[in-house]
Amino acid sequence: MTEAQIGGGREIYDDGPLYASEPKVYPQKVSGTFRRLKWAILIVCLGIYYFIPFVRWHRGPSEPAQAVLVDLAHSRFYFFFIEIWPQEVYYFTGLLILASLSLFLSNALFGRVWCGYFCFQTVWTDLFLWVERMVEGDRRDRMKLDAAPWDGGKIVKRILKHGLWVLIAAGTGGAWVLYFADAPTLVRSILTLQAPLVAYAWIGILTFTTYYLAGHMREDVCLYMCPWPRIQAALTDVDALNVTYRRDRGEPRMSLKDANRTRAAGKPAGDCIDCDQCVAVCPTGVDIRKGAQLGCIQCGLCIDACDTVMTKVHRPTRLISYDTDDNIKRRLRGEPAIYRLVRARTVLYAVVMAIVGALMLYKLSTRQEMGLSVLHVRAPMYTTVGQDGVRNGYTLRFSNKWSEQRTFALEISGVAGAVAKSEEADALPDGRLAVAVDPDATQEIEFYVTAPVASASGAGVPIVVKATDLKSGETVSVVDHFFGP
Amino acid sequence: MATLGPNQVDSITGQTTTGHEWDGIQELNTPLPRWWLWTFYACIVFSLGYWVLYPSWPMVTTYTHGLWGTTARDQVAVDVQAIQALRAQTEAGLQTATVEQIVADKKLLSLALAHGKAAFGENCAPCHGSGGQGGRGYRNLTNEDWLWGGTLDAIQTTITHGIRDYTDKDTRQSAMPAFGKDGILTADQIQQVASYVRTLSKLPPAPGVDVDAGKKVFADNCSPCHGDDGKGNLALGSANLTDGLQLYGGDFKDLTQTITYARNSTMPAWGAKLDPVTIKTLAVFVHSLGAGQ
Repeated sequence: MTEAQIGGGREIYDDGPLYASEPKVYPQKVSGTFRRLKWAILIVCLGIYYFIPFVRWHRGPSEPAQAVLVDLAHSRFYFFFIEIWPQEVYYFTGLLILASLSLFLSNALFGRVWCGYFCFQTVWTDLFLWVERMVEGDRRDRMKLDAAPWDGGKIVKRILKHGLWVLIAAGTGGAWVLYFADAPTLVRSILTLQAPLVAYAWIGILTFTTYYLAGHMREDVCLYMCPWPRIQAALTDVDALNVTYRRDRGEPRMSLKDANRTRAAGKPAGDCIDCDQCVAVCPTGVDIRKGAQLGCIQCGLCIDACDTVMTKVHRPTRLISYDTDDNIKRRLRGEPAIYRLVRARTVLYAVVMAIVGALMLYKLSTRQEMGLSVLHVRAPMYTTVGQDGVRNGYTLRFSNKWSEQRTFALEISGVAGAVAKSEEADALPDGRLAVAVDPDATQEIEFYVTAPVASASGAGVPIVVKATDLKSGETVSVVDHFFGP
Repeated sequence: MATLGPNQVDSITGQTTTGHEWDGIQELNTPLPRWWLWTFYACIVFSLGYWVLYPSWPMVTTYTHGLWGTTARDQVAVDVQAIQALRAQTEAGLQTATVEQIVADKKLLSLALAHGKAAFGENCAPCHGSGGQGGRGYRNLTNEDWLWGGTLDAIQTTITHGIRDYTDKDTRQSAMPAFGKDGILTADQIQQVASYVRTLSKLPPAPGVDVDAGKKVFADNCSPCHGDDGKGNLALGSANLTDGLQLYGGDFKDLTQTITYARNSTMPAWGAKLDPVTIKTLAVFVHSLGAGQ
């Protein structure tokens, strides 16, 4: 690409060095549609992150009242009205599938939207850059300050900037731990230095990573640490809309004066005036005019920068815009641009997402609020009782997912003349055995079934144990075997 | 690459070589990374402090104790004390309650069963099996063939005082005579009574043996302890001979041997070895194995 030899910007290619020490990037302030959109997303995302732990959700006296809580000590995950037990972590698998598919879908539609707008590296870097700009000024001031000798003003500015960064970083780590314990209580104990050591350790770790990644590493995280740019490049196709410099319109680039002269002479001149504003505002320091590249996180800020310039010079905006390389080629051939957001790939992603989502909803809405599992006692497999009786032992484990105590009545079937007993169960007036299980807990009992020898066999006779909730009538059954000589 | 002389700098890395050469291979004299070197020095400084404060150097018969005198054994004692204090809290109910009260209270029961199961695995399983299934000569605790009683109380007493453990004056005791060895019965009589005992459990007698004569031998010699009907006596620890569950086997040969030599097996008195709470929980656990009365 010959037209791409001008201007600054870094180039990262797979056959280049593994790590290249690049000049520091000083992103310039910019305003426009995409900048406003990014601010809105930043405020919403960070707002959710900091605010969610404080949302209350009443679940009854025996359970935490925090809407979103990962309760590691009791191995429960709470999300508003959903409570996930450890054996139900497959819901997270579903969520992860949905998450990756939405990443693929967004990539097929609009390229690296995740990178440009939602990725926490992008969001926090944006926030840190804003602080930096507030304290040290815009691009030129910062470059000047970096080059300036250490004097009082520089020291004060640096202390202020790093202090604010550490504060934000500590807040990030501080909010993280709130998802693992009752937030208001934990905030109080953190501030009074009475929180558990592990809380401070995590705050420390995340304070450090936030401060270092968002404050110092910035674009290097995207370029050297993140796998997504590599995967994204393999996943994308010709129809995905990417932040694209429309070289069909922009080239040959030249200054305003030259362009006026060239056009007056009846020769073609591009709209790009080579002002390098798109490079100046870029948070990763790339030159978008060199085409799609690994370093471009497609945040759209160069679109804003270019639009501002184009408006000033009275040329049409969107010289840089969401477009495809194929459309540029089509325009160069004089054909109309084609936008295909609905195509096999995007439809497939959407359909798979719908299927996974529907499956998860179905599983969630039909999931049992009680559970029963059975384990046959193996030593001994059976016990002889009197002249012609045989007894088998079973370990039953009940689970109660309600926030109140429930009583499960037990019935057995499949073995003729079988009688059940258990020291850990109570007898109901109708003769059935019943087990009371505490709210949101499991309960294990030893359960013995005695039956005539004739009902048993060495290979085992199937026996069904059915538990019925006395209150709701919900039932659950398990099958095991009844052994004899 | 041309061989570099001493103090010549390698153009690619900017390093000099060590000055050695082996078959044309030279080694760059790259210094250790600074962070590594400083970590190394920090470790040396740390170890000096460690030697002074903690036990570290072995001497001929002793070792340097360090200024702080720390020992791992002291730490274990502290940890054990902590766990005992914690246990005392959760087991407060088990301390005062009787075995009957424990079984009546579901919370205490599940606590006692958890405790008892662990204690059973450590102390009882070697003879009685992991699930109490027993074996030849060792009671199967899951069946109703109790020798000294299957109530909570009886089980607790048996565990506390043992069976024929004469280190405990309250031990369960009784002794079946060795009818053959001591010359009380003749070999013929023993065969007859063994055959008769098999018929009590509805098992076929040995062929050609006079069962009626055996019945008379039984009435004269065995019924005082095993009862006229052979159902045994819990007070004497005499076996129930009618259920086909004989501790040392119900074959004709097994029975003949038992009558000739007697068995009189023993169980240790656990009262001397285990604390009262553990014994209570063991009683509750054994009672829960399906055959408790």
